[in-house]
Amino acid sequence: MSVLVDKNSKVIVQGFTGSEGTFHSEQMVSYGTNIVGGVTPGKGGQKHLGKPVFNTVQDAVEKTQANVSIIFVPPAFAADAVMEAAQAGIKVVICITEGIPVSDMIKVKEYLKDKDCRMVGPNCPGVISADEAKVGIMPGFIFKKGNVGIVSKSGTLTYEAVDQVSKVGLGQTTAIGVGGDPIIGTTIKDAVELLMNDPETHGIIMIGEIGGNLEAEAGKWIKENGTKPVVAFIAGDTAPKGRTMGHAGAIVGGHSDTASAKKEILRECGVHVVDSPADLGVKIKELLS
Amino acid sequence: MNLHEYQGKEILKSYGVAIQEGKVVHSASEALAAAKELNAETGTEWFVIKAQIHAGGRGKGTVIETGSHGVLIAKGVGELEEKVNGILGGHLVTAQTSSSGKKVNKVLIAEDAYAPDFDKTSEFYMSVLLNRETGRNIIMYSTEGGMNIEEVAEKTPHLIFKEEIDPKVGITGFQCRKIAFNLGLSGKSFKEMTKFVHSLYAAYVGCDASLFEINPVLRTCDDRILAVDSKVSLDANALFRHKDYADLRDFSEEDPMDVEADQAGLNFVNLDGNIGCMVNGAGLAMATMDIIKQSGGDPANFLDVGGTADADRVEKAFNIILKDSNVKGILVNIFGGIVRCDRVAKGIVQAYKSIGNIPVPIIVRLQGTNAEEAKSIIDNSGLNVHSAVTLKDAADKVKELVN
Repeated sequence: MSVLVDKNSKVIVQGFTGSEGTFHSEQMVSYGTNIVGGVTPGKGGQKHLGKPVFNTVQDAVEKTQANVSIIFVPPAFAADAVMEAAQAGIKVVICITEGIPVSDMIKVKEYLKDKDCRMVGPNCPGVISADEAKVGIMPGFIFKKGNVGIVSKSGTLTYEAVDQVSKVGLGQTTAIGVGGDPIIGTTIKDAVELLMNDPETHGIIMIGEIGGNLEAEAGKWIKENGTKPVVAFIAGDTAPKGRTMGHAGAIVGGHSDTASAKKEILRECGVHVVDSPADLGVKIKELLS
Repeated sequence: MNLHEYQGKEILKSYGVAIQEGKVVHSASEALAAAKELNAETGTEWFVIKAQIHAGGRGKGTVIETGSHGVLIAKGVGELEEKVNGILGGHLVTAQTSSSGKKVNKVLIAEDAYAPDFDKTSEFYMSVLLNRETGRNIIMYSTEGGMNIEEVAEKTPHLIFKEEIDPKVGITGFQCRKIAFNLGLSGKSFKEMTKFVHSLYAAYVGCDASLFEINPVLRTCDDRILAVDSKVSLDANALFRHKDYADLRDFSEEDPMDVEADQAGLNFVNLDGNIGCMVNGAGLAMATMDIIKQSGGDPANFLDVGGTADADRVEKAFNIILKDSNVKGILVNIFGGIVRCDRVAKGIVQAYKSIGNIPVPIIVRLQGTNAEEAKSIIDNSGLNVHSAVTLKDAADKVKELVN
């Protein structure tokens, strides 16, 4: 099993014909993802990469029965694209776009409340279920099918964790990049919960960073409901207060959102926190053997 | 994007928020002219002189050169010149600046909104910001105006109130009234406060702000409600909707290295340490800084070189890092996913040769696609570059370098 996406997912790409959309669609297809088409307003009826292009998500869903969408639309239009997907009945919307205004995301979050649609991201690397479907921008070859689920706010740090897990002889079920923005659709807690309920996932790696309280929220949930070992790393011990560190959400505001405060809470919740990201792979191996 | 007090107030005013009136000036002679105009417009006889820098605590702060505070009152035009000269051009040190302070390039000459009877006025605190937990904006407010709000939150948390705004309908009349009641107002000042809150929230949404902090909000002797100070940050990601605000960015308030990196398209934050770093991805960049610290060094910067990490970007990144004379070594940490490591390695060698002589040792850790090939490119380059493959290797090499 796996969560969110698998080999039966029918995926459409919003922003299909743009350069990012094109490049990553090719990569996803070569990984084996079932891309059934794409959406670029005004280019409906054309073919791109051998797949049909539609003007609207609704058209795409009607013609292809797509249930997953990945968004490469520029930041000014990305919030609209998420809402369009939700309205058309897409169940999982994965938004890669970085730099969406916060006020747009406030609206999206509200819009999704009564929809049967889960958003992942924005500003995230996407979701991959090893050997089944890659709906994201991660390098597919580092993944190996196995029993470790991964949840992360960061892209390259996820790849680092995946690579370590593969190199210690384990593999992954699903890796979920939740994104580094102040408002995201699927929280760390949500993602951990999905993996905790997945029978094939035996252990979880959780990668957080400074800013916000998502890690603490996940920790509290794990303390109450956790049934599998969780290894965590929190980036940004050395980040100065009040400065945005690359990700829009990575900013220390007070006492509770520093890396050390988060690590302390997670440890109290029974999560295995590693201080160095170099220890993620060996730690999960130790806990699973 | 952070704004100066006077810029923030101009935005507030444009949305109908009542403000303490003032004029920004760059010299004592301009200050005199501004004071005369203000007197004609508002009748004010005293003037408040406020240093315009991007840092709080100006009133208690001290100008290094003159010993003057960053906010002064001139009791009449006669006191203006000397007091303006005590602030303008100096370096103001506050609880929020470094010990070298921030240069004051302009001051705001503002009306004395507390006249004629200071004792009959009262001060409140009000801010608008995102509540990340709920994904909605909140108005945070308190009867304890003019004080450090973090201290109020610690000592008297019951005096801080929060009102969450439903994005579907925006701020409502009953919410504005509730805020005014909780602040203990009645009569004219109550009505004025409801108007103030309503237009303040409209301004926040209208200009795509990420923070408004008005401290203090003043009730004047004649029961008007004014913003006396303003701390305004705009959402940089929304500036495409507000082209006119782009000019409000004051580069002189930012670290010159950060500005240069920004212009080169690099995501960079200058820090005080001795080991520079260049990384792809923000999370890995923070983690790399942590590794440097754990290995006994101190990170000199945060730098996310981006996904492509080609020779041109690598060269720009090296040039920025090398501007910092404290840097004793550089750790390059790239996870080559879709970009192949061997290409990144070639880019690094090319950038190194193009710069000529890099006076500090460089540790290059490349992991991912074709990592071994990349290592041999680095090892055979004949340059002062040490290669590593695993994160642990890289940490150990930093340790050797530091010791």
